[in-house]
Amino acid sequence: MSLYNVQKFLYELNRDERVQQAYRTDPQQAIARYDLDEEERGALLEPDIGLLYHIGVNGQILMHFAAFCGIEWSDYLQRMRDGVERHGPVRAGVYALAGYEGVEAHSRRLGHVSGGNPG
Amino acid sequence: MPLVYAGVCSHAPGITGRAERADPEVRDAFYAAYDAMRMRMEATEPDALVVIAAEHFANFFMNNMPAFAMGMAGYYEGPIEDPEWLRIDRFRAPGNPELSQRLIEAIMRTCDVAYAEEWRLDHGIAVPLHFLTPRFDVPIIPANINCQGPPLTPLSRAWAFGEALRRAADGVTERIAVIGTGGISHWPATPDSGRINEAWDRDFLDRWCAGDRERLCAYGDTDTYLDAGQGGFEIRTYIAAAAAGAGRGTVHFYAPIPIFAVGCTVADIEIS
Repeated sequence: MSLYNVQKFLYELNRDERVQQAYRTDPQQAIARYDLDEEERGALLEPDIGLLYHIGVNGQILMHFAAFCGIEWSDYLQRMRDGVERHGPVRAGVYALAGYEGVEAHSRRLGHVSGGNPG
Repeated sequence: MPLVYAGVCSHAPGITGRAERADPEVRDAFYAAYDAMRMRMEATEPDALVVIAAEHFANFFMNNMPAFAMGMAGYYEGPIEDPEWLRIDRFRAPGNPELSQRLIEAIMRTCDVAYAEEWRLDHGIAVPLHFLTPRFDVPIIPANINCQGPPLTPLSRAWAFGEALRRAADGVTERIAVIGTGGISHWPATPDSGRINEAWDRDFLDRWCAGDRERLCAYGDTDTYLDAGQGGFEIRTYIAAAAAGAGRGTVHFYAPIPIFAVGCTVADIEIS
């Protein structure tokens, strides 16, 4: 498991048009130099936004990858929700700092918030 | 020349990128507040604008993450995001490397800050500039506080950075304006996007308006994460701006706009 390397690839993809072109042309080759396990490679090639979120990719990195893949904003949010449903709580990274409760549990605990209106 | 202006504002990408999905009445009032902020800032005739941001992996990554960084480039290009996604056309904002260097040298006396002669702007700076310097005619100096990749910059150090920036700005002949940009509570780019803890935001803004260093620096990261989301970590930019201004704050606009994924804020700090 190498969340760092998954995020490193996405960080470089997000900021470098040459990496974007390489991913479009030959995605397997584009990720070949990153030390990734099979699950991570699969998630990046699918692309499986829900699994990448579950692995722990920071949303500030992931949302740009989703946009790059042509995934509309509401669909992006839903794919992450589905990922947590399917795979369980986020297992590493910033969202695992305090344990990820999930959207509904979070809503219940923060009863005073202005709402979980999908943004 | 003493610092001429200090303020804070939101920077969420949805503010421009998902504009049509917000309640037009609230959105337009928010945009008007940005415009009023622009006019207040312009009235101070700044020679340069320091933007204290919480950048989102546009330049800095976990391979070498500075607690603080400042730009020292002749120009800054952005946005790094797809212009159609952010709905801000690609631009080049002028810099002033010589002024950057003098400010950085002064800040370094009390606060370790990395410098960068190359810096690409993401929405964290591009969105505020879109409203505040829409003609890109004011030299900018980007500054960054690590609000994204733990271990994060301690809040007390964010305050110290703001104080150091103030001393540095007061010590140059140019007229310097400072803005901090960031969240208050928000859960950006996650399944919880759109959640806004308004009570938490208003309590934070009370502390911020009072310039109450002790209460501003009292938040723990775990509690902030639980109550205010990872976007809440960006209070560091507001805290630094409060320390730079050193006077009382005035909130000109605050409203939760869920599709913008943040409690949208425009506020000034008295220069004291």
